[in-house]
Amino acid sequence: MNIVVLVKQVPDSGSERKLDSSDNTVARASADNVINEMDEYAIEEALTVKESQGGEVTVLTVGPGSATDAIRKALSMGADKAVHVTDDAVHGSCAVQTSAVIAAALQQLEYDLVLCGAESTDGQVSVMPALLSERLGIPHLSGARKLTVEGTTVRVERQTDGGYWMLESSLPAIVSTWDTINEPRYPSFKGIMAAKKKPVETKSLADLGVDPASVGLATATSRVLDFAGRPPKGEGVKVADEGDGAEKLVGYLAAQKLV
Amino acid sequence: MAEVLVLVELNPSGTGVRKTTLEALTAARALGEVSAVVVGAPGTAAGVHDALAEYGAAKVYVAESEEMDAYLVAPKAEVLAQLVGQVSPAAVVIPSSSEGKEVAGRLAIKTGSGFLTDVTEIAADGTATQVAFAGGTVVHSQVTVGTPIYTLRGNSVAPEPSPAAAAEEPVSIALSEQAKQTRVLDRVVETKSSRPELTEAAIVVSGGRGVASAENFSVIEGLADSLGAAVGASRAAVDSGFYPHTFQVGQTGKTVSPQLYIAVGISGAIQHRAGMQTSKTIVAVNKDAEAPIFELADFGVVGDLNTVVPAATQQIAARK
Ligand SMILES: Cc1cc2nc3c(=O)[nH]c(=O)nc-3n(C[C@H](O)[C@H](O)[C@H](O)COP(=O)(O)OP(=O)(O)OC[C@H]3O[C@@H](n4cnc5c(N)ncnc54)[C@H](O)[C@@H]3O)c2cc1C
Ligand SMILES: Nc1ncnc2c1ncn2[C@@H]1O[C@H](COP(=O)(O)O)[C@@H](O)[C@H]1O
Repeated sequence: MNIVVLVKQVPDSGSERKLDSSDNTVARASADNVINEMDEYAIEEALTVKESQGGEVTVLTVGPGSATDAIRKALSMGADKAVHVTDDAVHGSCAVQTSAVIAAALQQLEYDLVLCGAESTDGQVSVMPALLSERLGIPHLSGARKLTVEGTTVRVERQTDGGYWMLESSLPAIVSTWDTINEPRYPSFKGIMAAKKKPVETKSLADLGVDPASVGLATATSRVLDFAGRPPKGEGVKVADEGDGAEKLVGYLAAQKLV
Repeated sequence: MAEVLVLVELNPSGTGVRKTTLEALTAARALGEVSAVVVGAPGTAAGVHDALAEYGAAKVYVAESEEMDAYLVAPKAEVLAQLVGQVSPAAVVIPSSSEGKEVAGRLAIKTGSGFLTDVTEIAADGTATQVAFAGGTVVHSQVTVGTPIYTLRGNSVAPEPSPAAAAEEPVSIALSEQAKQTRVLDRVVETKSSRPELTEAAIVVSGGRGVASAENFSVIEGLADSLGAAVGASRAAVDSGFYPHTFQVGQTGKTVSPQLYIAVGISGAIQHRAGMQTSKTIVAVNKDAEAPIFELADFGVVGDLNTVVPAATQQIAARK
């Protein structure tokens, strides 16, 4: 079983995140960058499938040079090798363009199963796997909270409001995972040491046969016109409960015509 | 006048349209004359026709067959792609659920178009408003290639009736093999709730780690029920096993934007704010006067939730 896990490096949601005013793209250089949290669940799931079925886990990321940190994290958790697509021309690409790059990189790999996170925390677009499914002509089983592989059949419990849908397709397929699917392992000291020796292949757009003019800000399918900080909320009212907290609270709601 | 396609999203129960559909119909009117698109099992359109007529659908394209519900998402994208080819609409507007976003992405590739997700407003010239980074940044964007596709975030636009003909037009389509790759074997409902759906509710009452136990979440539920509200939870509350994951509000949970959001025993971490910051009015109850949630709250009570909340519940009930 050959499994490819897609990981993305994102600005840490706990630190300050900004758009870059020179070109209205996510300011990645100044940000505190981390592996997209949801992707750790995809890595964990890939390792679990490998442990029961054998095979190899390859990490694939499209991103700037600093994305090697995300790759290291995945390798130290136990992935076998990595492909890092990095090219200055990719900067400012929209999801449609990025999906063409990821699809081209996947076509150079052998895979039975592609795993990815259900969403990334920077754009929260949650469409990448659907775009890839459409481009590669392979089924997408989305929002998995449970995954089973039997022979060439993959089954997923797709998490929904108040329940789940049982999905099934044949392999190869792409599965996106929620954070309810497992508990990602922490890299062990041994894992961290071993990761340093694992192969990381760097590829450019030329290596993938992707035309640099087809990606990047100039040909993006959508564009940010302008952005601004949200106007700060007016100072709120804060009262201490001196036995009358509930009364004040209900009084406020009534004054606002909310009760 | 240009035609605008709106994908109809049904209630999870399968009966009637979701409020998000009415919102999408309302928002789409800024761009042209609205045609609703119904994709589902035979009989689906009959159940939603009146609502679509009331909210401004001049036309209703109906693609009905047993197959439409047997496979995941892809049939909807295929029907929309065919219609985009046939009627060259000015835009396509889709409710921003996880299914809606998948449809949008597939449609973008099929039609060679750009898309914008989770938009909160669409102007007549096609410029969309989006809220980025935990609600802290407001962005204006435009699709620059193909037929603009938008997914509209729930509760961003107030549905407004505008009666129209809702003339039905059947769509005949043979699904491709690719659209049939992911089979839906079963749809399982685990929790049935009499409370409003979290992302649609006008009022949400959420509990955090401060609630301290699963049993004590009855305090949150009590207040919610007195207000006819949905119940939400912070991730800490979910991770501690106090409340099921489907009710998590925040970056890795649901995004809500109700008229009133009441945060109880929640500190207000940035990842929690990401899911509730655009609520119209925010009220907080927390015993720590320094909790960051108070920076966001229109009204805050510094006190113990176990005394303040049950008393407030009683007083609200007494007002009825
Ligand atoms: C990548 C990532 C994604 C995340 N996604 C989410 C998400 O989607 N949603 C989310 O909520 N969090 C998310 N988090 C977690 C987030 O950072 C916080 O840890 C979490 O929101 C804290 O939950 P809390 O406020 O309930 O708990 P705490 O921070 O522990 O706060 C509990 C609060 O309760 C108060 N309290 C305690 N007892 C009482 C009492 N008796 N009466 C009144 N007040 C009391 C305390 O003063 C405190 O302020 C995410 C984190 C990461 C790293
Ligand atoms: N540039 C990228 N490189 C590798 N994987 C990505 C990239 N962008 C998105 N993904 C994957 O797609 C998932 C969904 O991302 P998104 O559509 O951006 O919310 C992420 O969790 C990743 O697994």
